[in-house]
Amino acid sequence: MSFVKSFYKTDGFIESIFVGVDNYKRLIQDATIHIAFINTFKLMFYVCVFQVGFGIVLAILVDGIKRGSKFFRTVYFFPIVISATAIGMMFKLFYTYDGGLFNSIILMLNKWIPWLHLESTIWITTKSALRMIALPTVWQYIGFYFVIVLTAIKQIPRYLYESAYLDGINGFSKTIYITLPLIKNQIITCFILAITGTLKVFDMALVITEGGPLNQSQILGLYMYQKAFIDNRFGYGAAISVLIVVLGLSISLLVNKVFKKEDITY
Amino acid sequence: MDVNIKKRRKIVSYIILSLFSLTTIYPMVWIFQNSLKTSNDVIKSSFSLPTSLFLDNFGKAMIRLNILRGYGNSLIISGVVVGAVIFFGALAAYALARHVFKGNKLVRTLVMGSLLIPVFATILPVFEMMSRLKLIDQHVGVILPQIAGNLPFTILVISSFMENIPKELEEAGVMEGCNIWHIFQKIIVPISKPAFATTAIFTFLWSYNDLFTSLIIMRTKAKMPINVLLTEISSQYGTDYGLMCAVIVLIIMPVLIFYLLAQRQIVEGMTAGAIKG
Repeated sequence: MSFVKSFYKTDGFIESIFVGVDNYKRLIQDATIHIAFINTFKLMFYVCVFQVGFGIVLAILVDGIKRGSKFFRTVYFFPIVISATAIGMMFKLFYTYDGGLFNSIILMLNKWIPWLHLESTIWITTKSALRMIALPTVWQYIGFYFVIVLTAIKQIPRYLYESAYLDGINGFSKTIYITLPLIKNQIITCFILAITGTLKVFDMALVITEGGPLNQSQILGLYMYQKAFIDNRFGYGAAISVLIVVLGLSISLLVNKVFKKEDITY
Repeated sequence: MDVNIKKRRKIVSYIILSLFSLTTIYPMVWIFQNSLKTSNDVIKSSFSLPTSLFLDNFGKAMIRLNILRGYGNSLIISGVVVGAVIFFGALAAYALARHVFKGNKLVRTLVMGSLLIPVFATILPVFEMMSRLKLIDQHVGVILPQIAGNLPFTILVISSFMENIPKELEEAGVMEGCNIWHIFQKIIVPISKPAFATTAIFTFLWSYNDLFTSLIIMRTKAKMPINVLLTEISSQYGTDYGLMCAVIVLIIMPVLIFYLLAQRQIVEGMTAGAIKG
């Protein structure tokens, strides 16, 4: 349906004229689409490195301790159940110039260690806007990957570690040579979930920057929403949504192909 | 290994883990303590604890901004969605898991496939359909797409649970003279309760937290669910920090309480579902 729509020029969506591939021609030339496209890939990069990365590190650390692992699990997971809208709004308050959490921390540090000369910052600028969206997006779901990885680690039989200890292995190389290779499959799953999840980011961008300033933090989903429902360009919005679907499917296929899952037997 | 090194390593682990848990807990505390202050006090010192119990922000949110009606709208929408999704999901899952019929595999593949399609791809045709049916700005207009969106996941979870119910139970039922409907009602449904609980929790969370669909369908403030109301409020009162904090507290409170009550089921269900899906 969306695909068919994308061949029409529709204003206000009641009247529509067949325009063939015009919408796609426009798509290729649209500078904002280019920004949105690149931003989406940047987000995917942040999500893979920091979200999954922190998730793995935290899970390995929790695996090494005895007390409190339940507490950490509960606490790390709970941002996930809160709506991205509320989290986005929260971070918007953190970014405010006067009285925002981040500038308050800076002012406090300034009082304690004056020689650092820290000053209040304007957090959302054309340069930083995308990172300001990425921060809460990444932060919210770290706990999710943490739990997946932790579950995987707990399934590794203990005797593997015990025999490694006899061979004189220590903590760090234990992680590199035993833990990580054995949970490779779950880590790949995490990457796939994180990458495909990035295409669904919408609320956070809408609430924090609305794609601005100057479209610098535009992402595909948000841009499609603005074109179709605010500018009433349904045909063009449909073309963008086709792009999103194609992108999503091809990325999933690619990731699946590049990281073929292997059967791991203990 | 040297005992001292081991100990030191453990202490470092605890420090890092606690630091991260601080980043998930403190933001909530900050929002909560600032919801009890006037906007000026927030600007002056956002760290200080509120000096008096200043409940004006909550009062304002309740009365002037009609947060309660927002709650009501959210509950109507999420409640109906959860009910319908469980009902249809259970029926579909039963048919798929326990009965051999032509096209069973095809339906399964379609259900699996529809998990891959993001909401952005379907929203335009859905919007057109809803406006033809005159359901724009109606609760039903949000409820129907949300039911459709949550069904695939629900069917998958419930049917994979039902597949593991031993066949003998049904056979015994047939011997006792049950028809299909009786078997479903008296044997399958009671056993599958844990799967229903898990999917009901998720459907509720996703529906309560949804912004995209409701943003597009709902137009009048009086009918908006709470998330959309939040974006409306922020464009009007965005500079009243105390009020904004209060509204955020009101929105996340029910979910947080819900999470603490059903914590185990949520964490395990969500991660298990993710790995399967």
